[in-house]
Amino acid sequence: MIRRSDQGRWSDRAVEATMGTVLRYGVVLAAVLVAAGGVAYLFERWDHATHYSVFAGSPESLTTPAAILRGALALDPASLIALGLVVLVLTPVARVVFALLAFVEQRDRLYVIFSLIVLSVLFIGLTGHSL
Amino acid sequence: MNVLIFTLVVFAGSLFAGFLGSLTGLGGGVVIVPLLTVALGVDNRYAIGASLVSVIATSSGSAAAYLKEGFTNMRVGIFLEVATTSGAILGASVATRLPGPAIEIVFGVVLLVSVYLTLSLRKLPAVGGEGLARRLRLNGSYPTSNGNVSYTPRRVPLGFGIMAGAGALSGLLGIGSGAVKVLALDQAMRLPFKVSTTTSNFMIGVTAAASAGIYLRRGFITPGLAMPVMLGVLAGSLIGARLLISARARLLRLVFAVAIFALGVEMIVAGLHL
Repeated sequence: MIRRSDQGRWSDRAVEATMGTVLRYGVVLAAVLVAAGGVAYLFERWDHATHYSVFAGSPESLTTPAAILRGALALDPASLIALGLVVLVLTPVARVVFALLAFVEQRDRLYVIFSLIVLSVLFIGLTGHSL
Repeated sequence: MNVLIFTLVVFAGSLFAGFLGSLTGLGGGVVIVPLLTVALGVDNRYAIGASLVSVIATSSGSAAAYLKEGFTNMRVGIFLEVATTSGAILGASVATRLPGPAIEIVFGVVLLVSVYLTLSLRKLPAVGGEGLARRLRLNGSYPTSNGNVSYTPRRVPLGFGIMAGAGALSGLLGIGSGAVKVLALDQAMRLPFKVSTTTSNFMIGVTAAASAGIYLRRGFITPGLAMPVMLGVLAGSLIGARLLISARARLLRLVFAVAIFALGVEMIVAGLHL
């Protein structure tokens, strides 16, 4: 539970502690997915050769969240790793969403605006549209 | 090298990069990118893609611990994230258009410049700019052995501008650019050193997330490589984070300066050879 300050609103310290919890769960979930996918990946192709010295880009199935989710549900190892990475990317975004909620609760209009700007910029970047 | 050996080597290197990155408050990116490109011959677009996701893991994982300690200034972080995320999208957009060797050379130059800045800059005098900081409610306090100490940031516009540049470098090079963030917080805005390093770390994950979508869409993030990098850097940084609270600030800077200088020279040499 989030402790309230004298005015009955969430205190900054309580918000920071909850933010820490949001980040921790996100990273743990991401790491578990990446590790599980990683073990499966190594089982499947441990003796293959690596070819990272020439840039070819990732296959289509690993470049959009929807395709990654489909692959992960089919238990494809690389897609499972990628799903973990998507969860990882969304973790700090969830932290900003939580900050927004906290500032709304605190009636802190200035920081509601700052949080909304950050979220909008994140949205542009996450949809993958470069300038 | 087969996939198994490659994965183990990359994991070990990432563990070290994460440890050093966390100890210096910079994130593992500045160490892992040169390691992958120079030592293992990985194309630097794959390297910065893997580095970027590891940077998010490091930042988020250790921010959880720092938030509990009470050094992080959440409002300073969120206010300046407006600058860093905008800069990051700009930087990532440029990165998708630059040829590989150009990224490498820019990377090396950035590393050398950040060493120069860290060693040569005297702190700007602590006058002026408190008014704006007060209006934005950026002032805060942090715990010491003698109770809480209050502070008010200075030169908010300068800090904001440097942060936009830090965001652009993060998006361009797949690093957290903690060096530049600490520069803005510690030297321009005159925040206490531990407040600077922990607040910088707090902002790194959000900054990196802004360019991650662009990297993913362009195929910079390849799971087989990102997996050992992310897990290794994360594990290393969590070990390093346990030492930060007790480690001395001056020693941290020196460790940072020596490591970054060497890597900067390596990157430039590698970039020019290609």
